[in-house]
Amino acid sequence: MVPADQGGGVMRADMLADPVDGLDEALAAVAAVDQALVTGLLRPQPAQAAGLAALADAMAASPLAARVAEAVDKAAAGAAGEEHFISLAAARIALFGSVHDAVMARIRQATGRAAADEAVTTLGGDQPENLVLAARTWLSDLARAGWQGIDHDLVSGAAPVVSALLPEPGLRRLAALVDGFAAELAASCPGSALARIPARRWGDLWSRAMLLTLPGATRTSGGAVTGRLLPLGVDLHEHATAAQAQVHAVFEPADGSTPMLVRASVSAPKPDTIIGAGIWQLLRPHLSLLAAVSEGRSMELTDMPVTAEGDLLWRNEHAHLGEPADAFATARVALPTASIAPTAPLDRHPVRIAVPVFLEGYEAEQSEDTVSFAVAGHQVTVDTDRVPVAGPLTPEAVAASTACIGLLRWDAGSFRVQPLAVETTARKKTVALHAGAWAGGTTDKAGVKAEKAATDAAAVLRERAGRLLRK
Amino acid sequence: MPEWESSSTARVLAPARPRKLSKVPFVELADGRLQGVVSSGSDVGRVYVSSVAVGSYEFACSTNNNRPCGGARGSFCNHIGALVTEAAVQYGAERVARYLRVEVATEDVVSGESILQAMWRARPPQGDNSAAAVVFSQFLRHLAYLELAPTTTAVPEMQWFPPTRVVA
Repeated sequence: MVPADQGGGVMRADMLADPVDGLDEALAAVAAVDQALVTGLLRPQPAQAAGLAALADAMAASPLAARVAEAVDKAAAGAAGEEHFISLAAARIALFGSVHDAVMARIRQATGRAAADEAVTTLGGDQPENLVLAARTWLSDLARAGWQGIDHDLVSGAAPVVSALLPEPGLRRLAALVDGFAAELAASCPGSALARIPARRWGDLWSRAMLLTLPGATRTSGGAVTGRLLPLGVDLHEHATAAQAQVHAVFEPADGSTPMLVRASVSAPKPDTIIGAGIWQLLRPHLSLLAAVSEGRSMELTDMPVTAEGDLLWRNEHAHLGEPADAFATARVALPTASIAPTAPLDRHPVRIAVPVFLEGYEAEQSEDTVSFAVAGHQVTVDTDRVPVAGPLTPEAVAASTACIGLLRWDAGSFRVQPLAVETTARKKTVALHAGAWAGGTTDKAGVKAEKAATDAAAVLRERAGRLLRK
Repeated sequence: MPEWESSSTARVLAPARPRKLSKVPFVELADGRLQGVVSSGSDVGRVYVSSVAVGSYEFACSTNNNRPCGGARGSFCNHIGALVTEAAVQYGAERVARYLRVEVATEDVVSGESILQAMWRARPPQGDNSAAAVVFSQFLRHLAYLELAPTTTAVPEMQWFPPTRVVA
């Protein structure tokens, strides 16, 4: 059922296959910077200098033009300082900002979702300077060495930086990023022996970390909301030493104003041996919404803080369990009417795009490891690899599904749908399977077993910590 | 450009595989060594710090109070055996072998056991225990992650780290 005034319920898959204008040019300029970072900026070769010049050209009409031009000159001469690396990182992020906006415009066309016109402002502010400066120095050393020049000495320089950043709540974003990035670099040493390099990814991580060292980069405005929260599904993120669960939901304000798409997040640093169900156990106590998701319930929010980006700053005391709410009913009825919040300047990167969509009436197809949905004659790739292992949803279930709540994403030049939940038919009855069903706890037999193993692992670590940590 | 190189979410590391932690609470591939901490079977307050170096397989084992391990005199002790076995569970035997630069005989399956045998055939030297303090402090740093408070402020940077169902 699709309300007459909104087109948000039906996805036009044909629009996802069409090329987006201007994308190739922006990504070519990004690739030039990324190639410079592969070989490093200590002694740049002519090819790197040419690539950097292409970046300066791409930025010529932007407010950053003068700073980028200066940074490119210095970098091409092998004389770039930290402020120049920041300018290069900012230019790269600005390019991705334009890619983000073009991709989002296409998604709005394809989903018929209205654009939010308000902008999110970054407030700026004060961060403990010396902590971020240490991170900046390490990142600058990386840029000079290049990915092919990394070795254990250089990469291990991140460890004291991360240890100092992690306890500071305001610096958690930078800490989680540098920690995950450094682990990948450490496993890839020496860089000279790498057969292939994830140039786009490491360019992303490097430039983003660089910008997060600027004071106040992450502070945005916000308010508080009261009303009903209808969960759609759970998106999980994890690297060896951090995890985040993000609940996507439709929020219906008590004052009857337009419903909006919101997210509620919980994240934590973790030892690398806390995995699977152990991650849900770690995060669960701090986001009561996860239990509501597992029980198929809505939640009533009272004065819950929220950012202008639609991120709830969850506090358990501002929420209580509401009526049963089926995510598929929410997807069919409430999702098409919900507006989407704008994105903060620094977060305008295509990787951050995760737009809830509802699909049905498709033909699911599986060939080898890849599942796709044929929607009105157009193939949409389904990213089943993102479905967490600690849950009842499997790629096989997705391939046998008849309806799907997913997140529309974009990476490496194409759109894909990440399944959050599907409906399949078992014994002539429709059954719903949710990726995050175990997030708040489970009575499922396989889930109980996974919980037990995770409880044991955490108990061993806590016992060891209690005995050894404070000696 | 191939898709992997132009993907923001290219998977670089496979997640750790689940294992029981009671015997070997900590293992890592770092600092040019396979290193970790093995719980003493007899004293709950004691742990052994064990390591094997990449390439040379130089090995060392001592307690956290820097007393030498009785079993590691001229040969791999049980602690090193347990360390290699658990590393193969956590990271996958192939990755451990590749990291240590171990060539397992072609007729053998790559496993913790065959990695240990291949290293032992190379007659590795016994090293001193100078790395023990570093390894132990790495373990404490690892445990300290348990003490850090979770946050409900969104961390958009985690979008770069999607889970994967592919195992090592």
